[in-house]
Amino acid sequence: MQSSVTSSEQIQVHRLGLPVTVGAPLVALFLQAYVPIYLPFFTILDLPLLVTIFFAVARRGPVSGLLTGGVIGLVQDSLTHQPLGLYGIAKTIIGYLASSLGVKLDVENHGSRFLMTFVFYLLHETIYHAVARGLVREALQMRWGHMLIAAIINAIVAVPIFTLLDKAKRRA
Amino acid sequence: MDLISRHRNLTVLVLALFVQVVGLAVQVKRPTDHGPVRLVRLWGIDLIVPAEHVVMEAQGWMHNGWRNYLYLRDVRHENDRLQEENLRLRLELVRLAQDAGQAQRLQALLRFKEEVISETVAAQVIGTSGSENSRLIYIDKGANDGIKPDMAVVVPEGIVGKIIKVFPSMSQVLEINDQSSGVGALLEKARLQGILKGTPAGETMVHYIMADEKIEKGEPVVTSGGDRIFPKGLPIGRVVQVDPGPEAFLNIRVKPAATLNRLEEVLVITKIDEQQPDLIPEAPMRAVDILAQHLPGVPVKPPAPNPGQPGATAAPASTPPPSAGNSPVPPAGASPAAGAGKAKTEQKPATAVKNTAVPKKENPQ
Repeated sequence: MQSSVTSSEQIQVHRLGLPVTVGAPLVALFLQAYVPIYLPFFTILDLPLLVTIFFAVARRGPVSGLLTGGVIGLVQDSLTHQPLGLYGIAKTIIGYLASSLGVKLDVENHGSRFLMTFVFYLLHETIYHAVARGLVREALQMRWGHMLIAAIINAIVAVPIFTLLDKAKRRA
Repeated sequence: MDLISRHRNLTVLVLALFVQVVGLAVQVKRPTDHGPVRLVRLWGIDLIVPAEHVVMEAQGWMHNGWRNYLYLRDVRHENDRLQEENLRLRLELVRLAQDAGQAQRLQALLRFKEEVISETVAAQVIGTSGSENSRLIYIDKGANDGIKPDMAVVVPEGIVGKIIKVFPSMSQVLEINDQSSGVGALLEKARLQGILKGTPAGETMVHYIMADEKIEKGEPVVTSGGDRIFPKGLPIGRVVQVDPGPEAFLNIRVKPAATLNRLEEVLVITKIDEQQPDLIPEAPMRAVDILAQHLPGVPVKPPAPNPGQPGATAAPASTPPPSAGNSPVPPAGASPAAGAGKAKTEQKPATAVKNTAVPKKENPQ
């Protein structure tokens, strides 16, 4: 068993099988693009972000975390009409930070997962808007109220999704 | 992970190649018939959209099987109701045909040119961007079906958006409530032109209307034709809120006529013709004759009505015709809605007579 050691506790590093590694992001991207046809409010969720956070935290490797986030973000970008890289950059940073956090803290319980997703969602949106407005000059406006509600909803949804994905984890 | 740690060098090599390939894909643009498209965008779409195609097909198959073969409850009742509605609409059509004929004659006299939607392609919505920052949908028709960028996309209720990217078998449609969208709009009663744009919250606003103009809530908004994408006169929506805006302009919020967040089928306007309406040569015809042509159930009016009987023109329609199938009178036990339809049906002949008689007197040909 491979594990990384922090100041007071052992943090387990997990691996995910290839079907889950490839399948979970694809399913998340597919649902993100397909479900809003019938349930418009579904766009408030960012399933690819939740998958990015889960993978990054489970693997606890900054490089794999940022790569996972980058790839998922780029595919998500390709489904929009905006320049490629907006979601890519945001999710790359979130992947890196989430895996770095996973090395230092225990993020296995529901409370910490809720809090972590809430904070990362807000950070993700902030980075996205900063890049979109600063680099691409997109005329996007921050809607803080909406963003807070979306962060809470994503954090709530993240808890059962992470629990579901836990079943696919194996100790490395 | 064991495999990766055992083949660390190979992993690094694969990673390095992967980054370079992705970097190339981002830079490389593949030439298509309708402009270059980034390779990575094509990959992303090819990855997601085929699955959407498959699911949509399976879902459509199951849905059709259920609706067409299993779930046939209330079909007979629905059929009766539709027949009644059909009769009412046919009466309405008679009246509208007369109005349209008059309008065409006037337009021809004034040498107006009108835009006519001559070809459309029906398409199914197969996906969305999945993002609140990019309000676009994917449809299952592309270059192979004659779709080109900047074609208008509509539904019977109103406009939806325009085609922005075309792939061989699918297209991207930018909805009118996206922030980067812009549509030439005309306030129908006030006859004021502005530009309809989307907001971050997915609403639509008409911009560039001066603050001293008086705009009422509920006023219809239609396309002005100024954007050269949407033909003039297509419904956009209705004004729901008017507030003072920045720089002496009004903020006019419009509720789109089309339900933009619940679209399943749309029409792409593939051809618009500009033509001058022809004068329609018509022999003078009594309204009751037109009614007799369109409504076989309505008894033909006697050629010489008694002038001493008021309301003789409308009387035949209120008399139950011999054929029950074509009767405008609903059967016993019909719903209140059907009853309302009946009331309208009985009033229409009188209206139609009035409308059809007037143009003939004004434009004897």
